[in-house]
Amino acid sequence: MEINWFTVIAQLINFLVLVWLMKKYLYKPILDAVEKRETKIATELEDAKSKVTEAKKEQLEFKQKNEAFDANKKKMMGQVTADAESERQKLLDKAQKDAEDLKTKIEQASKELQENLNADIVQKTQQQVLYIAKKALAQLASTSLEEQTVQVFIGKIKSLSAKEKTKFTDAFHSDSKPVSVKSAFALSGKEQKSIKVAIADLLGETSDYEFETHPKSISGIELASNGYKLSWSFSEYITSLEKSLTSPLAKTQETEQN
Amino acid sequence: MNLSPDQTVFWSNGFITINLTIVTTWVIMLFMVIGAMLITSKLKTTKTISRWQAILEIIVTTINEQIKEVGLDNPNKYIGFIGTLFLFIAVSNFWIILPWYEPPTGSLSTTAALAIAVFLAVPFFGIQQTGFFAYLKTYIKPTFIMLPFNIISELSRTLALAIRLFGNIMSGGMIIAILLSISPLFIPIVMKALGLLTGMVQAYIFCILATVYIAAAVQESVKKKKVVGCKC
Repeated sequence: MEINWFTVIAQLINFLVLVWLMKKYLYKPILDAVEKRETKIATELEDAKSKVTEAKKEQLEFKQKNEAFDANKKKMMGQVTADAESERQKLLDKAQKDAEDLKTKIEQASKELQENLNADIVQKTQQQVLYIAKKALAQLASTSLEEQTVQVFIGKIKSLSAKEKTKFTDAFHSDSKPVSVKSAFALSGKEQKSIKVAIADLLGETSDYEFETHPKSISGIELASNGYKLSWSFSEYITSLEKSLTSPLAKTQETEQN
Repeated sequence: MNLSPDQTVFWSNGFITINLTIVTTWVIMLFMVIGAMLITSKLKTTKTISRWQAILEIIVTTINEQIKEVGLDNPNKYIGFIGTLFLFIAVSNFWIILPWYEPPTGSLSTTAALAIAVFLAVPFFGIQQTGFFAYLKTYIKPTFIMLPFNIISELSRTLALAIRLFGNIMSGGMIIAILLSISPLFIPIVMKALGLLTGMVQAYIFCILATVYIAAAVQESVKKKKVVGCKC
């Protein structure tokens, strides 16, 4: 066991060289790499942390937005529903009103139609009746309907009751106006004379007569003096006929409506 | 039977002698440097690294932690010296598993060289930390009378470092050699395993003592600086 001093010096130098080499090729690169990686990981962790914070913030923001959106949606839905309900009610009212108007119009039109129809029926019936009457009378007595009418009218004057006669006489004498005779057809001189004679029998002689023609009277004659009226016309029969005709018609329409 | 690899001389010319200790040391140096260069040339800073890089990182960071635990706050400054001390002794002792291998640490010249390196490193780091005179003043602390004792302490601990390492490694080698002649089967293998453990423990002891000595020198000056700071 002895010390070789050259070996000691050589080993000391060897060791110092090894220290320098190891420092250069081992410790420095390794420590640098470790530090770099640690820095990198620390940076990544910091990034992740900031990202988590950001994500949480965004999540909160999104949640708030969602809630606001839901609230707004609910509000808008409520508004829209109310509007729709209001519009529906409005449309319903309008439709109801239109329906009612239409119904009224239809009823009006139906009524007018019925009236027109009635009028037509009346007119045609009158015409037909007159025609038939005329024809029948002509065939039966070979006298015209007008003549027959005049005769019937004169007969009616003559057959007045005492009370009626008094009324007529009083009316005539209370006024100086002429006696008005209205007929549906133009009276001939003979016919006028016959009427004058019949009236004269009732009232006494008088020359004040007014003969007028009213085609609407339908083969009728009317005698008027100071408010008193005496008349005979087919209209009376026609009216009763009209009534008997319109009643079944009206009944038929009611049944259709129901 | 050679007690030391110093006695195996390859070439000699006067004072200069190339013996087995020096040659083995060169081979170990080459192995360590080339190995370090090969691994560190492919270093990665990504999350996934190679196994060799991971092993080296574990070794280096463990040494760093050990230095820090002893009390040196800036381990990167001392790892070059202390780490190399540990790795050189550890690698030298590790190869005893090879047959006919004689570790350079089994030479008193090598252990003396390493102890001298520590003996020089202690004042070097102390002076670097505090300055020349401030470091010298630590030898006359607490009183002037302590100067010779401090000097003796420095020398004796250096001697102890050298003898301890040499004794342990040399004795291990001797025991194996003796056992080989007595019972050549199996028993030497067990002793080699024990020698491996002893070698690693000695490497650790050697460098931890070196760290303690350096830390003592550095901390002494640091304490002084703090006191001066308080006075100001």
